[in-house]
Amino acid sequence: MTDPILMQLVAELAAGRIRVVDLTQTLSPDFPQIVLPPEMGQAWPFRIEEASRYDERGPSWYWNNFSCSEHTGTHFDAPVHWISGRHLPDGSTDTVPSAHFIAPACVLDCSRQAAADADFLLTVAFLRKWEARHGRIPRRSWVLMRTDWSKRTDPVAYQNLDETGQHTPGPDTAAVRFLVEERDVLGFGSEAIGTDAGQAFHLKPPYPCHYYMHGAGRYGLQCLTNLDLLPATGAVVIAAPLKIRDGSGSPLRAIALVPAPAGARSRVRASANTAKRRGAKTRR
Amino acid sequence: MTRPLLRPPRKNPVVRTRLPTLPPAGRSRVALGLTAAAARDRFELQVCRDCGTVQYPPREACRACLSQRLDWRPQDGTGELVSETTLWHSHELFYRERMPWRLGLVRLDCGPVVVAHLHGDCAAAPSRVRVRAALDRAGQATLIALPEKDTPNMADDRQLREMTCDPKFRKVLITDAKTALGQAMVEAIAAAGADIVWAGYAEPWKKAPGFDRLKALPQVAPLPLDLTDSRAVKDAAGEIGGRVDILINTADYHRNYGIAARNGLDAARAEMDMNYFGLLRLAQEFAPALRGRGADGQSSAVAWVNLLSIFALSNFPPHGTYSASKAAALSLAQCLRAELSAAGVRVINVFPGPIDDEWSQLVPPPKIAPARLASDIVEALRGAAEDIYPGDIAQEWLARWRDNPKTLERELAAASH
Amino acid sequence: MIRHRAGYDDIVVTAPVTLPYVRYSIHGAHWFLAGALAALLKRAGLDKTRIDGLCVSSFTLSPDTAVALTQHLGLTLRWLDHVPMGGACGVVALRRAARAVQSGDAQGVACIAGDTNHTDSFRLNLATFSQFARDAVYPYGSGGANASFAFLTGYYMRSYGAKREDFGKLCIAQRANALKFPHALMKKPLSLEEYLTARLIAEPLRLFDCVMPCAGAEAFLVLRRGEAEALGLPYARVLSTIERHNAFPDDPIQFRGGWALDRDELYTQAGVGPRDIDVLATYDDYPVISLMQMEDLGFCDKGEGPDFVRRNTFTVDGSFPVNTSGGQLSVGQAGAAGGFLGLVEVIRQLAGQPLGGAVANAKIGLASGFGMINYDRGLCSGAAILAARGGPA
Repeated sequence: MTDPILMQLVAELAAGRIRVVDLTQTLSPDFPQIVLPPEMGQAWPFRIEEASRYDERGPSWYWNNFSCSEHTGTHFDAPVHWISGRHLPDGSTDTVPSAHFIAPACVLDCSRQAAADADFLLTVAFLRKWEARHGRIPRRSWVLMRTDWSKRTDPVAYQNLDETGQHTPGPDTAAVRFLVEERDVLGFGSEAIGTDAGQAFHLKPPYPCHYYMHGAGRYGLQCLTNLDLLPATGAVVIAAPLKIRDGSGSPLRAIALVPAPAGARSRVRASANTAKRRGAKTRR
Repeated sequence: MTRPLLRPPRKNPVVRTRLPTLPPAGRSRVALGLTAAAARDRFELQVCRDCGTVQYPPREACRACLSQRLDWRPQDGTGELVSETTLWHSHELFYRERMPWRLGLVRLDCGPVVVAHLHGDCAAAPSRVRVRAALDRAGQATLIALPEKDTPNMADDRQLREMTCDPKFRKVLITDAKTALGQAMVEAIAAAGADIVWAGYAEPWKKAPGFDRLKALPQVAPLPLDLTDSRAVKDAAGEIGGRVDILINTADYHRNYGIAARNGLDAARAEMDMNYFGLLRLAQEFAPALRGRGADGQSSAVAWVNLLSIFALSNFPPHGTYSASKAAALSLAQCLRAELSAAGVRVINVFPGPIDDEWSQLVPPPKIAPARLASDIVEALRGAAEDIYPGDIAQEWLARWRDNPKTLERELAAASH
Repeated sequence: MIRHRAGYDDIVVTAPVTLPYVRYSIHGAHWFLAGALAALLKRAGLDKTRIDGLCVSSFTLSPDTAVALTQHLGLTLRWLDHVPMGGACGVVALRRAARAVQSGDAQGVACIAGDTNHTDSFRLNLATFSQFARDAVYPYGSGGANASFAFLTGYYMRSYGAKREDFGKLCIAQRANALKFPHALMKKPLSLEEYLTARLIAEPLRLFDCVMPCAGAEAFLVLRRGEAEALGLPYARVLSTIERHNAFPDDPIQFRGGWALDRDELYTQAGVGPRDIDVLATYDDYPVISLMQMEDLGFCDKGEGPDFVRRNTFTVDGSFPVNTSGGQLSVGQAGAAGGFLGLVEVIRQLAGQPLGGAVANAKIGLASGFGMINYDRGLCSGAAILAARGGPA
């Protein structure tokens, strides 16, 4: 029964009636890395060193070695990443069931609110209003918070740090608990550098998205881009982390399959979106 | 009277750049004792422990009593100029390109007669002079006779300038201008008369109080530069490398861990990546450009300054992994010194004691203030030494280390308990 | 205190030889030394096998020394010496050879000095001349002795009122002498104007205060008088010699040389005084050193050199003939052969065989040697007083 559906999927893709939207920022040394207090263990930024480039180090080939954190660039958070999820089975990148790598996505457009307030918190009220318009959030789907934060191509604006720390949007505690306990979602995705808001240290508990999502064996996606090219519902996200033994997460290629009509609209919008992050290209 | 230095005219881009030549660099092993002292800005001569004779040129035995118990001791260099000449001809390319060149024969008050370069303000013989030991462009000790008392614009003497790395009218890169030391360095170099000061900064999203203020200085040009990113270093070198006369590497990653105090490698690795590999990346990308401009007119490429630490000589266990990274950087800096020597570019290694910043918070005073350290580095550039030890702690640890490195090792281990 | 030293009995010097000088040569030093030895043997009418002693001086023989030459030139010897003393090597070679023949250690000693000159010979020799030169002089830019003798010339002028004209007078006289000498490399007369305005080298030294390095060789033969007469060779007799190294080490600058210590011994042993000298050869790498030798060898008092120069003329026919073949300043300095040049010329004058102008009635001659600027001064000094055949015993 599934055979014809899969072949149809391939055919639709080939015909362009299903489009692939790349939700991933380019991995480059210029991409901002999460800032922790200096006393803490730091997450490495992406660094890349040539091994050879058709030269005396290797005449016919070009290759590099790179290094980064599991949480560099567009990346996946596994449940063991947080203390609340540390004992869960199937909680690391090598044990997360691969069936979870493909899931539908709900895209919450908070772009207006985030533009007005960098510390915007997604609330239950916002979720209910969204559901009133778009329908109930299906269980085991991704919830992606669109803030257009990925359009901040200046790393300083993207990090948005001041003397009190980082100021980026995210969900409040009640919203996270609602998504986990009332809607049984697969995970939460964000365009900013964390799934939690920049000032989430001051929420109760601190970093509630990490705490509750991972504590319930759910996942996170961060530094997503092109969420503005996705419909509010109906996109299918494919997000498969690297299979790192006991891994807490990994950079990955996150993509979304979207139906063509939405894709056609998206194409028009993509050409209007001329802002490019330095070193990171967005391609559909 | 020495004429004050004037800003050089713009370089004619069509004319071939003059390549660096060096004064003769060969010295016997015993004569290298002079170089070892001049590297630390000291003028030392052999003194016989048995009969007290001071001698020069350096010998394997006392010329008076044949004793082989000879010690290198500091000399004040005062003496009488017995005779002088001005060379108009030389077989050596370096001097041929710099004719005329004044030389003097000086009878030092301590005894020996020395051949020395003669500063333009020294009066005709017979006259009183001060002889000092300087490193020449070949990195070897050379003697220069200065007037008995300082004269106006003395540092601008054409011959003396061949032994110094004066930042005046030069273009200077300061690799990390965000830290307290980096900012002080920018201000000090600008005040010393540099034409351009590139102020390097990484992680622009991390604001450093005071950094924005620097941009108001007319000579300052902020430059994105992250020494942990090979591509960024390459790009910076591509952009400005061909114009840098003096490179001051202030980038420093400093944590306060020994071995047991911290699980895992993250801090130590970050220290190595910045302090050692950062220097290596910088050297691979910037050294070739500096090498080609070692004789490029009045504002030639002239110095590479490394901010090391007195901890590089002997590990300070509370900052054990940091000390190791600075020791690695020291070894690499010696390699760089050898590789830049043919171009006449001096590598100056700076070994301060604890700097008065957040990473030495728990180290008891005396600590060296960033502004003071910056001014010591400017003085080193104006001078003719290559290893400087600013501050009281650095001076004391250096003295202990030179006396017996093993005892310093024990003392530092005991102090950390 | 004058030590009594053994005299030189019947030791004579003969067969003075000069191999023509050239500015540059592609040959090695061996070529010039071989040439000088061959010319000496031909002159003396001797077969190579008749020479059982050899004394060699050269700067460019490396990696060889005198020993290698025995095999190189096919000599089997009972006595051999290598004298690396630069401008003093002629006098010192004579001293060594004379004692060897006198004692019977050798029957006849050929003394030869020669060097080649390639375009880079001078510069390379300077860079490795001595440890002190390498450590404490060469790095300051003056190749060789120019700076040291500029210091001395300036000091001498300041201390004793010498003028450049005084040095010039000596140089011009030597040039006049050289114009008659067939092997001199300088062939044009020198005027005072040219001398005074020539290119600056190291103030106050100008071009004509400095010798021209070149390639060439000189030689002479030391024998017992009986043998020289049996061979029918003109000769000069050895009356006395002196030698000194590192004299006056505490003088701040070399305003006097070792002759001042030893000249009384020189004249006493010879049984003559300065007034008896008919022809003088000074070691003239710079004119100031010639004046210093005139003072230290007793021809005038210390500091009276300028006055002495002004009161005399130095050509072959002058009141005080000096460097009668032209000296190194006009003939050229063929490395170590420069240390033989003056002695060989004095031998020729006293043996009645001048190649250039002849000093009339030359009966007693003095050849002076000086050399080896190890650091800031010449370490070696020496002199020899010779007499013509039939002169004072």
